[in-house]
Amino acid sequence: MTELLEPRAIGRDTVRRDGEAKVRGTATYAIETPVQHPAYVHPVQATVPLGRITGIDTSAAEAIEGVVAVLTHENAERLASTDDREFAVLQSDEVAFRGQVVAVVVAETSELARQGADAVEVTYAEQPHDSALRVDHPDLYKPEKINPSFETDTAEGDVAAAMATAHVTVEETYSTAMYHNNPLEMHATTALWDPSAEVPLTLWDSTQGVHPDRAAVCEVFGLEQEQVRVICPFVGGGFGSKGTPHAHVFLATMAARAVPGRPVKLGLTRQQMFSLVGYRTPTIQRMQLAADRTGRLQAIAIDVVEQTSRIKEFAEQTGVPTRMMYASPNRRTTHRLAALDVPVPSWMRAPGECPGMFGPEVAMDELAERLGIDPVELRIRNEPERDPETGKPWSSRNLVQCLREGAERFGWADRPPAGHREGAWLVGTGVASSVYPTMRQATSTARIRYEDGRYVAEIGAADLGTGAWTVLPQIAADALDVDEGDVEVRIGDTRYPIASVAGGSSGTNTWGSALTVAAREFRTKFGRSPADGDEVSGDVDQASKDDAHAAYAFGAQFVEVRVNVDTGELRVPRLYGVFGAGRIINPRTARSQLLGGMTMGLSMALHENSVWDTRLGQVANHDLAEYHVTVNADVGDMQAHWLDEHDPYVNVMGSKGIGEIGITGTAAAVVNAVHRATGIRIRDLPVTLDKVLTALP
Amino acid sequence: MRLTCTVNGSPQQVDDVWEGESLLYVLRERMGLPGSKNACEQGECGSCTVYLDGTPVCSCLVAAGQAEGREIGTVEGMATEESLHPVQQAFLDAGAVQCGFCTPGLLVATDDLVTRSLAAGAPPEDAEIREALAGNLCRCTGYEKILDAVKLAAQRMAAR
Repeated sequence: MTELLEPRAIGRDTVRRDGEAKVRGTATYAIETPVQHPAYVHPVQATVPLGRITGIDTSAAEAIEGVVAVLTHENAERLASTDDREFAVLQSDEVAFRGQVVAVVVAETSELARQGADAVEVTYAEQPHDSALRVDHPDLYKPEKINPSFETDTAEGDVAAAMATAHVTVEETYSTAMYHNNPLEMHATTALWDPSAEVPLTLWDSTQGVHPDRAAVCEVFGLEQEQVRVICPFVGGGFGSKGTPHAHVFLATMAARAVPGRPVKLGLTRQQMFSLVGYRTPTIQRMQLAADRTGRLQAIAIDVVEQTSRIKEFAEQTGVPTRMMYASPNRRTTHRLAALDVPVPSWMRAPGECPGMFGPEVAMDELAERLGIDPVELRIRNEPERDPETGKPWSSRNLVQCLREGAERFGWADRPPAGHREGAWLVGTGVASSVYPTMRQATSTARIRYEDGRYVAEIGAADLGTGAWTVLPQIAADALDVDEGDVEVRIGDTRYPIASVAGGSSGTNTWGSALTVAAREFRTKFGRSPADGDEVSGDVDQASKDDAHAAYAFGAQFVEVRVNVDTGELRVPRLYGVFGAGRIINPRTARSQLLGGMTMGLSMALHENSVWDTRLGQVANHDLAEYHVTVNADVGDMQAHWLDEHDPYVNVMGSKGIGEIGITGTAAAVVNAVHRATGIRIRDLPVTLDKVLTALP
Repeated sequence: MRLTCTVNGSPQQVDDVWEGESLLYVLRERMGLPGSKNACEQGECGSCTVYLDGTPVCSCLVAAGQAEGREIGTVEGMATEESLHPVQQAFLDAGAVQCGFCTPGLLVATDDLVTRSLAAGAPPEDAEIREALAGNLCRCTGYEKILDAVKLAAQRMAAR
């Protein structure tokens, strides 16, 4: 058990520290880095889904005035490590997916670089490709582990026997679409290779972690850490796609090394992002639920089929939430992958939990319907006393309270009956649970220095809009027992001590822990009256990590939908979420994060869908005109609330992380509401009006 | 070609502009005004919204030549050194800013909406705000706080 920091600055509704620069338009994003006389880099992408390059003619491109260099696999430098085949750019003639980069053009302007890229002539020996995910794909295999290191399969008891004898069962298949993160800021890197400088390589990269970014670049190019600096003060959103570097970071570095002393800028286009910066794999989820007549689960099982790329494995941990959400004596989860000729899938907001809270939470609704039990009550009846997977007690688990408070706020008890009609609109309400694990990374260091009468804390963390610039000073102030205004926190630069990636909703938990350790050591060493220049560093305290408890944030989401009986048009006038996510460091930034997650969940339910063309092997709707995301006019009354939760086991702040939980469960709640309104059960996302319209009476 | 126009009240002249360039490119790459953002290049996201002779436009869809002789207003022209524009202040106060990438375009679009509404005699209604800003994508905030910010800005601008 940890004694939590006394909250003085923590919990205050303070204005975002980076806000003024952002509203003035002066916050500098990676592509805007002011550098002298930059050259611009534009990638050339493969136009076949599988095959070999038989020839590259760069002469026309090189003949364009203003084209500085054209790099292909024939003339690009040999990389020190090609172990990661996504990172090993321009190293061979192999094409593993359509859109893979086969050349880059470096030119005086971005327009010329683009023109040059168009002029590069590539010929291919195309081979038959396979990019269609099917539940019965002949090459499905069992990965060794699933992201990041979970067991692939788990089993306890006998699901089949329970299914055969139970009072009620649900056995259905659910599917989620392919999704692209699409942060508003397109991925971009500005790079400078200056061999004569003390630090020869500088990258201004849009990244969720400058240190992990640097580590990858060092490995691929065979550089020492001291030779590379990565800088990233502002990130225009990431949602996981900037959590690990992608091909363009290495291409920008390679291009910079081809023009020593001259900075280069590589900004991907929105269209290029659909094949080069990761995506969420489509999933097929076969669910089995068995229950007795009171609604107690006798079995719960999920068998997941999803895809990965042939050149790099990513196994989304879709079945993981089923392992711990509800009590049941018989349980099974499995994951099988098809390795296809497709771009490399990767992290997208709540990998695992986001798709993995769709099938199960719709299945629970189907079970409730078959039993004639209220879906809120059904969830409450299956509340496990301990983590069903590990047997550990919960650090805190307030799912039931979230369900009850949400029901109260939403007016669940007075909800209209199924099929309720108001004019041309069918009205329905739905509920689903949310969950996200509480994590803290093993590595992060903070350095605190007393300087000019205030405390400067440095840590190489990242703020992708989440609020790190704002909440870290709040934590440091409480740890130092000073006013928040007396603390300055500096992040986003590898000159500051190592920090973990802003991912897994673990940033604040991890960096705040390191800041607290450093602050305490500072006080121990220098007392309350330090001298100018006094400085200490502190690491995340692994010894204090609690492994005796299962730690998760929980939530419940309630949705009202209206479906037009003539057109199938869907509206969502209300979406309420209640979360038990530990102590909230800053209500203003937290509310925005939770609402943003819920909105992305709504977007997943109704809009987002990367339509895969199996014939061409590419996303057909690869831009923001066709890849629809929820817009302002799609949103109605949306509310995020949280419980006053005190969890002494997670970390010294008592925080659980809030970046991802908001997106979990939302799509299921929408589907459940659509069913209540129309009687139509949609098991494959998104819920588009064509699916509703054809089934309406 | 040579392009002459007024940006945020100051006359501007740039040479060697390629006819096919977008106004967004000219602003960002030639005039040193990167406040307006490029997030789709096809007029879908609204991040590059600027005023062109008082009308908000997606500057990625305006050819440089179309700006000849005209007045352009960008996010950089909204605040003074000392104080923020009420729309900017409202976005800060309402917590409507996260990653900040959609923010510059939203500020211009909001200023236009609120100014027009107040000129017509009433602050914008919720549904009107949601519709008017439907062309400004935000991936972070979920729009709820943006709605609050617009209402707050309208209230403050009406009181002036």
